[in-house]
Amino acid sequence: MSIPHLLVHSRDDNVGVVVIEGLTAGTDMLCVVTEDDSDFHLTAAEDIPIGHKVALKELGEGDAVIKYGVDIGRIVQTVDVGKHVHVHNLKTKRW
Amino acid sequence: MSNTDTFLGYRRENDRVGVRNHVAILPVDDISNAAAEAVARYVQGTIALPHAYGRLQFGEDLDLHFRTIIGTGANPNIAACVVIGIEPGWTQKVVDGIAATGKPVAGFSIEQNGDIATVATASRQAKDFLHWASERARVECPVSDLWISTKCGESDTTSGCGANPTVGNMYDKLIPKGIYGVFGETSELTGAEHLCKARAATPEAGEKFLKTFQAYQDEVIEAHKTSDLSDSQPTKGNIEGGLSTIEEKALGNLEKIGREVSYIDVLGPAEAPAKGPGMYFMDSSSAAAECVTLMAAAGFAVHAFPTGQGNIIGHPIVPVIKLTANPRTVRTMSEHIDLDVSGILRRDLTLSQAGDALVDMAVRTANGRVTAAEALGHREFVMTKLYRSA
Repeated sequence: MSIPHLLVHSRDDNVGVVVIEGLTAGTDMLCVVTEDDSDFHLTAAEDIPIGHKVALKELGEGDAVIKYGVDIGRIVQTVDVGKHVHVHNLKTKRW
Repeated sequence: MSNTDTFLGYRRENDRVGVRNHVAILPVDDISNAAAEAVARYVQGTIALPHAYGRLQFGEDLDLHFRTIIGTGANPNIAACVVIGIEPGWTQKVVDGIAATGKPVAGFSIEQNGDIATVATASRQAKDFLHWASERARVECPVSDLWISTKCGESDTTSGCGANPTVGNMYDKLIPKGIYGVFGETSELTGAEHLCKARAATPEAGEKFLKTFQAYQDEVIEAHKTSDLSDSQPTKGNIEGGLSTIEEKALGNLEKIGREVSYIDVLGPAEAPAKGPGMYFMDSSSAAAECVTLMAAAGFAVHAFPTGQGNIIGHPIVPVIKLTANPRTVRTMSEHIDLDVSGILRRDLTLSQAGDALVDMAVRTANGRVTAAEALGHREFVMTKLYRSA
């Protein structure tokens, strides 16, 4: 298998993790779902650093972000598919 | 791959097995650090364990101080121990606690002697201990004699993808062989506490975990937070690495206990496990040095430390094995990394292969391989302080 650009823990997830350095906007990303080794392609909508998350679908305000198949927080600002998901648009539901 | 069913360790008087053979110079309190460090400078090959506390503590906080000091001295990685305190009472209490293991231990107090005379007499004793310890030999021991703790640090999303599940895979393979394991970081399970509770071996252990988790939330977080913890949890390093929320961090954290393992009991900070081999949860801070210090004081002899952005922590007497899946950290901080599992992200290393490589590294470390943290002089020994002193 070629080297993936993005890893996704669970098929239920709506975000994936960039696992290569220097990902640039417009890259046709090979995305691998680690729980079942399935794969798909997605275009990166902006430059995103290694380790940072990418929206796999459009996420609206109040939507739960799902990673590991589990709720990790809520969207506070709409995110388009392929865009960066981080502290500027994702907030904890705890403390 | 080398043999991982046995390792060469130092079997101590109480049948625990050490992987290092230190003669430790252990101060009871902060003001005895100078004498302890002087002894360790004078008698080459001994190691001082300076720390910040030990005066005017009381109640549960004092109990924890003694448990940490005595537990550290009792750790099987220490062959023999010199204890130095300001006065004889608490010094003797620590000596007696360590002596219960059967190892050689002697105490010295500074009042009515002064630093210089104390250093002279303590140095003679330390030198005798060093000669004796230097003739202890490593013997073949079953891998079940290993006690391996874990805690992650400067985590990022690659921790949850690669390094933490590698530790989990190691436990899935070694816990069935009869080792002791421990994980902790109470507040860092926020968002995954329901999943952590479900990993208890018994309903009692699960309830005990949830009670411990809730007490930390109520008595530590809620009691002391100003707005929220967003500036501390996740840390700035975590955020730089792509972690956005405590829930995300907690789910990655829990990857360290693998798929099969369940924990059999919940320990207080620095409390030694008492229910036989298996996995334990320890109520602890998520700050690396505090957590590793508490686990070492509970008797754990090797530590598996997965990192993302590159936490550099070590411990004076416990080898801390550093592993990462982040290729940038491997590239920029290679001198701190014992095991590179970044192949998991490239999909050219399976999780099981990575787990095997960590088992191998743990056994090699137990056999005597020097870790990156040991080579670079990382000797973080940090007491957990529960509240202000009297």
